[in-house]
Amino acid sequence: MSDLPDGIRPLTPAEAQTRRKRSLAIALTLGALVILFFVLTIAKLGPQVLQRPL
Amino acid sequence: MTTLSNSVTADTPTFAPAVGGEVRDFFALLKPRVMVLVIFTALVGMVVSDVTVNPVIAAISLLMIAVGAGASGCLNMWWDADIDALMTRTAKRPIPDGRIRPDEALAFGIVLSVGSVLILGLASNWLAAGLLAFTIVFYAVIYSMWLKRATAQNIVIGGAAGALPPVVGQAAVTGHVGLESLILFAIIFIWTPPHFWALALVKSGEYAKAGIPMMPNVAGPDSTRRQIVWYTLLLAPLGLAPVFFGFGGWLYALVGVLGGLGMLAGAVQVFRLRQGESERKAAMGLFAFSILYLFLLFSALLAEQGLGLYRAVVV
Repeated sequence: MSDLPDGIRPLTPAEAQTRRKRSLAIALTLGALVILFFVLTIAKLGPQVLQRPL
Repeated sequence: MTTLSNSVTADTPTFAPAVGGEVRDFFALLKPRVMVLVIFTALVGMVVSDVTVNPVIAAISLLMIAVGAGASGCLNMWWDADIDALMTRTAKRPIPDGRIRPDEALAFGIVLSVGSVLILGLASNWLAAGLLAFTIVFYAVIYSMWLKRATAQNIVIGGAAGALPPVVGQAAVTGHVGLESLILFAIIFIWTPPHFWALALVKSGEYAKAGIPMMPNVAGPDSTRRQIVWYTLLLAPLGLAPVFFGFGGWLYALVGVLGGLGMLAGAVQVFRLRQGESERKAAMGLFAFSILYLFLLFSALLAEQGLGLYRAVVV
């Protein structure tokens, strides 16, 4: 039984693949942003990032 | 746009859930070829600044300048979808071709604009971020929404947006705007009219169909040809300004002189040949050569300043 509201048909295989690819691209972009902010933080802080009181 | 009502009856047609465009279509919205040009000119703006910068921060800044340029291209395509559909050169773009909905493109463009400006500000400085924001607003709002459909001077004034990347690049690595990037700005700014009007001479029918007041449609082809010559007469010596201001060496001077002469020869050909196929060939020849000219000028600066090939010209 479908969970879709009345009047909404299910996705065709081609549409589902398009949506999957787009979701993957969004996930990769978010991952890239995490890496970008991490690398940027290290680059801005410089070697001092290793200097911390223990 | 189709909207779904809450009261769907048995004889209401069924709708597909919103799927959205393909990844490659979103990428096409960013005008990738323009992005490459922006990366290149912004990089030259950075290397002529003669400062030591963290390569990671410089690379992230460059990426954000490119994304900001892509975002402004996306917003331009969103706004211009109606006229893009009327011209063969642009009819296959993702929005007029129906592959991406206008609201998707608008959201994509806004998110990338805000994101690129914020990250550039965090990575480098807020002067560079402000200049990038100005560039995006200038291209998407001042040029696309206003000038393009309002005046034959559209690409002259709007050319400022395309000329700004070296200025943003220099601001990103130095925190200020110097004479070097302003000269590069001036070169691209004066280069833009002969470059675009050469194309507009050939595509004037298409622009007329879309109702865009390009110079050949408003002032006529002969006036446009005269103006191409005047702008090229200004551009050829201006192209040598980096030599006189000490950041262009022998290699740059050679490229500047030969390229400037090539541009002048192309402009004279466009002025002289006004009939049939030779007219089209002259205009497309100048259009293609103008791209090569700008590429070689900036490549010479990159080679001299980036690879250490700079040898001063005594003037």
